Amino acid sequence: MTQNKPAKGTNFLANLTRNQLFIPVAALLLLLVFNLIMDPNFFKITLDHNSVGDPVLSGFLITILDSGSELAILAIGMTLVTAATGGQDISVGAAIAISGSVLLRMLCGSNTRPETLLMPVLVAFVITCVVAMLFGAFNGVLVAVFQIQPMIATLILYTAGRSIAAWINNNELPIISEPSFGYYGGFIPGIPVPTPFFIAIICVILIALALKFTTLRLYTQAVGINEYSAKLNGLNPVFIKILSFVILGLCVAVVGLIKVSRFQTINYSVIAKDIEMDAILAVALGGNALSGGKFNMTASIIGAYVIQCLTTTLYKFNVQSDALPAYKAIVVIALVVLSAPIVREKLSALMPKPVAKEVA
Amino acid sequence: MADNVVLQMRNIHKSFPGVKALQGVDFTLRKGEVHALMGENGAGKSTLIKVLTGVYGKDEGQISMEGKEVLIHSPQEAQKNGISTVYQEITLCPNLSVAENMYIGRLDDIYQNWKKMNSDADKILQSLDIPAKATQQLSSCSLAVQQMVAIARAVDTDCKVLILDEPTSSLDEQEVEKLFKLMRDLKARGVGIVFVTHFLDQVYEICDRITVMRDGKLVGEFEIETLPRVQLVSKMLGKELDDLSDIQGEYSTYQNKEGEAPVFEAEGLSSDAGIRPFDFHIRKGEVNGFTGLLGSGRSESVRAIFGADRILGGNVKVNGKPVKIKKPIDAMKQGIAYLPEDRKRDGIVGDLSVRDNILLAQQVLRGFLKPFTKAEADKIADEYIKLLSVKTASADTPIKSLSGGNQQKVILARWLLTHPEYLILDEPTRGIDVGTKVDIQKLVLKLASEGMSVTFISSELDEMLRTCSRLIVMRDGRMVGELSGEDLNQNKVMNTIAGGERE
Repeated sequence: MTQNKPAKGTNFLANLTRNQLFIPVAALLLLLVFNLIMDPNFFKITLDHNSVGDPVLSGFLITILDSGSELAILAIGMTLVTAATGGQDISVGAAIAISGSVLLRMLCGSNTRPETLLMPVLVAFVITCVVAMLFGAFNGVLVAVFQIQPMIATLILYTAGRSIAAWINNNELPIISEPSFGYYGGFIPGIPVPTPFFIAIICVILIALALKFTTLRLYTQAVGINEYSAKLNGLNPVFIKILSFVILGLCVAVVGLIKVSRFQTINYSVIAKDIEMDAILAVALGGNALSGGKFNMTASIIGAYVIQCLTTTLYKFNVQSDALPAYKAIVVIALVVLSAPIVREKLSALMPKPVAKEVA
Repeated sequence: MADNVVLQMRNIHKSFPGVKALQGVDFTLRKGEVHALMGENGAGKSTLIKVLTGVYGKDEGQISMEGKEVLIHSPQEAQKNGISTVYQEITLCPNLSVAENMYIGRLDDIYQNWKKMNSDADKILQSLDIPAKATQQLSSCSLAVQQMVAIARAVDTDCKVLILDEPTSSLDEQEVEKLFKLMRDLKARGVGIVFVTHFLDQVYEICDRITVMRDGKLVGEFEIETLPRVQLVSKMLGKELDDLSDIQGEYSTYQNKEGEAPVFEAEGLSSDAGIRPFDFHIRKGEVNGFTGLLGSGRSESVRAIFGADRILGGNVKVNGKPVKIKKPIDAMKQGIAYLPEDRKRDGIVGDLSVRDNILLAQQVLRGFLKPFTKAEADKIADEYIKLLSVKTASADTPIKSLSGGNQQKVILARWLLTHPEYLILDEPTRGIDVGTKVDIQKLVLKLASEGMSVTFISSELDEMLRTCSRLIVMRDGRMVGELSGEDLNQNKVMNTIAGGERE
């Protein structure tokens, strides 16, 4: 068998389109070019000062960076869950509500308008992480041990989550007036770039390290592709599936912190609404098979920012917020169809053929 | 001759990126004949069949049915032209009923008379002597019965050409006999049958003509009477074959030391897979085997040793020390390796690269926090690809795109990499060409002479007689005999399998 060595140049285009990063990056560029033509103001970034007098950057790109970071963090966990279980977690939004609620309960206690915080934010956050990971483990056990389809299993928490969140704070809406609590979802004084972006970078670095220095990728993929085989190679598929849900739980806790910090309060029925759909779309847009198996983390993370870029673009063109999902759906269909393996195969067939056939 | 010919393929060419799979292959099938298509793995048999059934498009050449040229772009079109196929791996839907599986995809009306469909299906099943009911869920049938249902499905469509792609690899002898009876019936009705198999006995039992392929090219078409076995094998391999002679003598037997505890010893071992508690031991450097009919519990026994099924009881000692083996990882840590019977389901991780598939078990043994570096992984993968001469475009190729024999080599590489003390091979040569078979048998003897203990399971008795020094005979989930030395011959083993030997 001769190896298919692509000749430089002629195959460049073909190889480019075959790369999994091609679709999300191309979609992002397309959206940016579209905005550039329609209204270059999209790219305007201004340095303002907020009410306290600290410098903050503002503009559409900053919004994308800001909100897209929440999605990117969730996409990390969602990618792992998708790869390991071949299904998706639709309870992410509800779980964020629970996380936010736990965080506020820890910081405020039963007093809804506290003057001072009951404990350092870090301690409260760690407790939130534990709770969110427990809820993740709950989903994971349903999926891995009881072998319920992920979407159905997580439907339970999807339905119950927001009620649980309200119940944790006795249906009260605590408001935190302490300004330092707002740093996580807003700006740290003196730094004009929104904090969520830095948090996302930390998360990306952490997962990159995990993928490099552990066998998480190999184990997750093996379990996602062939559970029986994985088991006979000494892996524990049940544990690995639960682990993926627990990691998603951790991501949920982080986004919960950002969300609650951003508003300094919580609205149980609205917070992070439908965010799970955007996170799943980010994974799909990254060209990852929603039926599990092999995954590309970078593509998912870029996918998250593309989804946010799309949302922001639509907002900018004054699409009413209740009509937004319909517009989004159209664009998303196009993107997802384009990134589907079957279409990509056809597309690369249209590209210049590799020369290896003649060589062999 | 022209009247008789039902299918003619002329000058078929097909390339995949980097590989020429078929180069100018001709194939002629006559009415009412069983025509064997033979060749090693990668000779192009499967590709030729996939071109014929419309799974792949051909690059060049023509196909004609009864003299008229036909263009076949999809399996549906092939079926419309009267070409039906039963593949080696069962391609039915396990959670539908038997009747639904037989009629799926060829229901003409939206309205379906389920009652009639079930009674029709029952009639066909009865006429073919298949032990299944129309309303039974397919997954509740044994693998062999599922295979027969697939054949029943193919036969029921009004077919002129029936392609059987290794249909017998999961059947035991009686079932093969039934299948042959069925094939003879169809032959009498004038159906042309293309029979792909690796079992030479079966070829000489049922076939009229043989077409041999090698490296994507046609070697020739032969009448069965004019081609003795040895010549067939040498034509398939493209060389004179002396490898098929006694190979056991080539390797020295490993010399056991006095008083050495067995490498593995089990007492009263049983699992939830339906085997009775059994005792078993293997010494260092020994090659032994489990034999018995399909479903006799030979695979289940070794699965119990490896902890692949749920263990219900028994004591296990490794090198004389008592250990607990509950899960595969426990067995792996004790230096036991297991190459499973069902390669597709239990062996390969399809979408992963050849490299990852080789590394998987060793990586799991190393642990979660110690991944191989890229350089290490490349080095190991290349080393083992070379060692076992795996034919793959590169180490990055997904394993699922390799041929069956090469997939098996990769799985073998995976377990050799863990440097096991005790290697269990369950049907390592199933669906593999003669050359690779001999390679694997030789490898087993070589490893044993170096001190590795090997348990070797195969449906082909002569293969086991050639490699094993001790055979354990299973029947109905129970160990019924143990043969070694003088007793290791076809007759004795057959008698023991059939029963009545053990007082």
